[in-house]
Amino acid sequence: MNNETADIANPADSARNEAALLPPVDVIEDANGITLYADLPGVPKDRLSLHVEDGKLSIEGELALDMPEGMEATHAEVSLPRYRRVFTLSKELDADKVSAEFDQGVLKLRIPKVAHLQPRKVEIRVA
Amino acid sequence: MMHRSPFPRDLYAELAHLQREMQQAFEVSPSIRGQARGYPAMNVGGTPRSVDIYAFVPGIDPATLDVQIEKGVLTVAGERRVADIPEKATVHIDERAVGSFRRVVTLPDDIDPNAVEAKYRDGVLHIGIARKEAAQPRRITIQ
Repeated sequence: MNNETADIANPADSARNEAALLPPVDVIEDANGITLYADLPGVPKDRLSLHVEDGKLSIEGELALDMPEGMEATHAEVSLPRYRRVFTLSKELDADKVSAEFDQGVLKLRIPKVAHLQPRKVEIRVA
Repeated sequence: MMHRSPFPRDLYAELAHLQREMQQAFEVSPSIRGQARGYPAMNVGGTPRSVDIYAFVPGIDPATLDVQIEKGVLTVAGERRVADIPEKATVHIDERAVGSFRRVVTLPDDIDPNAVEAKYRDGVLHIGIARKEAAQPRRITIQ
């Protein structure tokens, strides 16, 4: 019972429920792993968070635009202050070896396949 | 007397209806112009001193962007390339915009087209245009 109340009060959980924009992604798979690109324009490096938990990869970013003081928006297409997207990883992917690059609003993630599942060339010996 | 439909309900129509209801209840209200907004997404705002335009163009070389102001119309154009797909790779999701783009914004009358500043940071192009001096609010002293 007490644990449940603690979960509700958890700020990480409440942030998860707030409305967010869905960033567009490209996902490309090759023999050794998966490469994911996501567009998160307006997110500085220190406001991007990536988590792998329970086989789920979550990408979250908060927008920080430099707006002049007292600015009033007259037309907004990017109308929420954050992006969020969650993907379920499959077992053959090695969640511990995810590498990420983030440059000018584009995130590039590389998720390799577990080493023993990577393709190996089987040598055929001719007797 | 209870009205009974002679036909069983169409489950898919019910689901579609439910989905619409859910969207109304939880999502941000959609724009009257629909969701097809073109690329790049833009936000426009202003203060008494300036008009500020934000174009969301991630991962682009700012030198390749073409920004012009002509007859009170601002044009942002460019081309977006994405990384080549290696051979023998499978594309599972392909959502990001690719190719040339062009968007146009009509500016208010009181802007000064000679006082423009453009900055590119974190994948967002911010164009700040000052309003003409004469148009800025002035405090009138009462004698």
